[in-house]
Amino acid sequence: MDTIIALLVGVLMGASVYLMLRRNLVRFVLGVALISHAANLLLFISGGLVGADPPLIQVGADLPGEGVSNALPQALILTAIVISFSVFAFLMALAFRAYESLETVDPDAMRAAEPPRGWKSQAAERTAGTA
Amino acid sequence: MNTLILKETARLLFVLILLFSLSALLRGHNQVGGGFVGGLIASIACSLYVFVADAADVRRLLRADPLRIAAAGLSLAILSGVVGMYSQGSSFLTGVWVEVLGIKVGTPLLFDCGVYLVVVGAVLTFVLEAKEPVVPASGDSRSAGRE
Amino acid sequence: MAEPATRSAPVPLYSWAAVGLPLGLFAWLCSFVPEVSAGESRHWEVQWLPQHDIALSFFVDGLSLLFALLITGIGTLIFLYAAEYMRGAPHIGRFTVFLTAFMLSMLGIVLSEDLITLFIAWELTGVTSFLLIGYRHEDATSRRSAWQALMVTGAGGLAMLAGFVLLGEAAGTYSLREILADRGALAADHRYHWILALVLAGAFTKSAQFPFHFWLPNAMAAPTPVSAYLHSATMVKAGVFLLARMAPVLGGTEAWTATLVTVGAITTVHSAVVALTRRDLKQVLAYTTVMALGACVLFLGVPTQTIEGDVSAAAAAAMCLVLVHALYKAALFMAAGAIEHSTGTRDLRLLGGIGKRMRWISAGIVLACLSMAGLPPTIGFVGKEALYSSASAAPSGTVALVAIFLASALIGTVALVLAGPLLWGRLTEAAARAKPAPWQLWCGPAILGAAGIVAGLAAGPTFGALVLPAAASVGELPEHFVPSLWHGLGPALLLSMATWGLAALVFWKRRAVARVVSSSLSIIPLTGDSAYDKVMHGIAASALGLTAVLQSGVHRRYVATVFASLALVLATTLVVRDAIHVPELVPEASFFEWMLGGLIAASALTVIFTRSRLLAIGSIGVVGTAASLIFLLFGAPDVAMAQLMVETLVVVIVAIVLLRLPSFHYEIRQNRFRRFRDAVVATAVGAATSLVVLAVITDPPQRSLTEYFERTAVPGGHGRNIVNVILVEFRALDTLGEITVLFLAGSAVCALIQRRSRYRRLGSLVAAGKASATATDPELSQR
Repeated sequence: MDTIIALLVGVLMGASVYLMLRRNLVRFVLGVALISHAANLLLFISGGLVGADPPLIQVGADLPGEGVSNALPQALILTAIVISFSVFAFLMALAFRAYESLETVDPDAMRAAEPPRGWKSQAAERTAGTA
Repeated sequence: MNTLILKETARLLFVLILLFSLSALLRGHNQVGGGFVGGLIASIACSLYVFVADAADVRRLLRADPLRIAAAGLSLAILSGVVGMYSQGSSFLTGVWVEVLGIKVGTPLLFDCGVYLVVVGAVLTFVLEAKEPVVPASGDSRSAGRE
Repeated sequence: MAEPATRSAPVPLYSWAAVGLPLGLFAWLCSFVPEVSAGESRHWEVQWLPQHDIALSFFVDGLSLLFALLITGIGTLIFLYAAEYMRGAPHIGRFTVFLTAFMLSMLGIVLSEDLITLFIAWELTGVTSFLLIGYRHEDATSRRSAWQALMVTGAGGLAMLAGFVLLGEAAGTYSLREILADRGALAADHRYHWILALVLAGAFTKSAQFPFHFWLPNAMAAPTPVSAYLHSATMVKAGVFLLARMAPVLGGTEAWTATLVTVGAITTVHSAVVALTRRDLKQVLAYTTVMALGACVLFLGVPTQTIEGDVSAAAAAAMCLVLVHALYKAALFMAAGAIEHSTGTRDLRLLGGIGKRMRWISAGIVLACLSMAGLPPTIGFVGKEALYSSASAAPSGTVALVAIFLASALIGTVALVLAGPLLWGRLTEAAARAKPAPWQLWCGPAILGAAGIVAGLAAGPTFGALVLPAAASVGELPEHFVPSLWHGLGPALLLSMATWGLAALVFWKRRAVARVVSSSLSIIPLTGDSAYDKVMHGIAASALGLTAVLQSGVHRRYVATVFASLALVLATTLVVRDAIHVPELVPEASFFEWMLGGLIAASALTVIFTRSRLLAIGSIGVVGTAASLIFLLFGAPDVAMAQLMVETLVVVIVAIVLLRLPSFHYEIRQNRFRRFRDAVVATAVGAATSLVVLAVITDPPQRSLTEYFERTAVPGGHGRNIVNVILVEFRALDTLGEITVLFLAGSAVCALIQRRSRYRRLGSLVAAGKASATATDPELSQR
């Protein structure tokens, strides 16, 4: 199973990168959702698939029994899940707002915060003019 | 989707799931569960209600803005950390445990309750803000929701 | 350049109060004179960064005392002068604060005992002088000059910092007293040449040595009190101070002598020549300042010790020149400002006969020019005699002698050019309009001019109290060195007479000389100023080029760059560490596990290729649910539950929001080549990640942390669910950070959506209707 999960992490990573490179914000957001699964599985597998029992300690005992799974990556993943969910929700809201204001989901059309087209040649002219 | 059966069942389910989430929260320190899981269960309960009723109903049910619930949870979590700082003179977020009627109660439980509230508040904010109709009958969805 | 001032405005109280600070400091520093001239020094220290052996420590010896007295003494007159001169100008409060801060940082330079403290004070003078030079920030010339001064001296300062760090490493301490106590040790160090070059870079830029001299004349854009202060006694003298301070440990070598004498000689002669061609009063003064600084550098470089062991008085001559120059230059600057204040011009040709209108100022000018030309009985004469005698006594002092002879003659000419027309020229129109200056404006020039005469008449005490203790900090002094006005008819006096003769000759032929000089100067293709412009434009152009490469403005390109670099880094690490593990062809797993894996992979690919939004949402849900099953299978029920519920909520939110966004049928499909390219990047990232994970899982995981948590969960955390104990107890601070993120995300979503409703409230109903139409109707949205 280790190998399968390792390959799955790769598949999920590849799929989410491909989605993020689409000219569609919706696919981008879906890519973000997938990449968090990849990250969670990566964390999980690097703790080792050591046991099938949950990391609980029996009443009266001081130590967990044999065959208990690794608790540390679980704690990390648990918070990671909730965080990635909140980031995802925020992205969703952002995409929605962007669509409402700009009436497009094409990231290439969202250039308000980017240098205007053709700024390179303009800047070069300006420099040449003052030099 | 708004059938009478679903509506009535949802009302019952809502209460049951909410109780389940509380038990997940409270037993979480020893059994499967905890603030994150409990909080998520509770927000599922509310989301279910959002689907059968509408956002305004849920807001009325909560009696508070979900974001305020989250803020209260965050304050509770910070407060539980401060307790350890002053009562034992050690660092922030050190656990303090006392025994009340044979049950051990400690600031980590308080902290977990804070986590629970933040999760419920934040997730409900997402769901409600998403669910709120883009253009409600009136011009303003927010004020309609707060009535 | 007339001051935009309303002259009726009163002088603010704080301007008067500001005079008290330098005055008090001056009086306090004067109290050290007896002690220091007896060869002692004072030391104060405050611990600052004891871990790094850096202390905020200060000390006073002969050298620092001379400079500190000049800074505070001339500072007092300048503050008084500025109070009147800047009256009614905008932002006087700001100006006063800048000037005070500048004075204090300048004192920091000369008094600091620690190299790092010295550097910080050095940079503070850079910043405050930037603010002062650029005080008239509405004027583009002012801004450029301020910027230029900051860039040139700042770059030098950084070089100096590097030099200081090397110096501190080589000496094993940053304490100046300890470094100075260990004379001669550094010259043998293998890093010596680096240290020397870097420290000299700092000193030469600050003291405006050729070829970095150009910023100083440009800095005349500052208000006159600032020029008078910065360019007489303070800022530009900082470099000279640094050289004098470092001379005992860095000096005496061939490299030191060669560099200082060459640079000093070129600067001296070059600037003296240029000064002849200028007509603006302040420009003339600026170039003579550069000339004096060059002379100081030159004489600090003249070897102080011959092979036979005789020591020359070059250091004493240099220190005397510092004093002389500070006195006459501050006086002349203040006088120039006062004249401009009254007449509105600084052009020498328009100011003929001004002396008949402004008597006190003229008296100051005459006295200062006497000192500048080195005529008896001023201190300038004593100083020039000392220069000549030390240069002729020093070994290989010929270069210095020739340079200082030429420069002195030309400066003499400049003194005649300045004083002549102003006093005896025909009364011009501008001069006739001049009003007598208020006392605050003329008292500075008059006092400083008189001080030059008094110091000259009492040359013995002046030297004994100020110059010789300072020179003793720089180098040894010859035992028989006794300065006085009358040395008898020696070679020095003969040279002085020749100087005056040459000065008179040049003055007589000054028009012809200026013409020749101007035409020969214009042959030089590259001046420092234009080189500075070229460098600055080069920096700007390369920044533009870099931005053009880095900031394409296309979102996908950023994403592709980030992930391609990720794949590259991962692959490189794998290859370098030789950590590639190829899995066996058919991994060992149960049927159920195979099914789970296949389900996730198939769903992920579905999200890519589907053109139905519902299918995409569903597939995302399947991926999450299958992942939660994996968690459940391998003993993580908490995670599995959380994942399952989050997946439910994701599908809920996506289902609500996504259906309001345009359908995939209308999305813009990239062409085949681009899709192929993206697929390559994606495959590379996926393959690299998989290989990394495979490499990671070949080693058994580190379990020491987990074991610690397992051991202490019940006794320390009072809980039996280890995951939960970690979350709320051991790593509670992390969790607190995470729920804070959650809360912030909630607030952000709220803000985004509420903004929307506010817009709609402000907008008309028509706009709202249009928004709803485009939001729900995909055809409309694709117009």
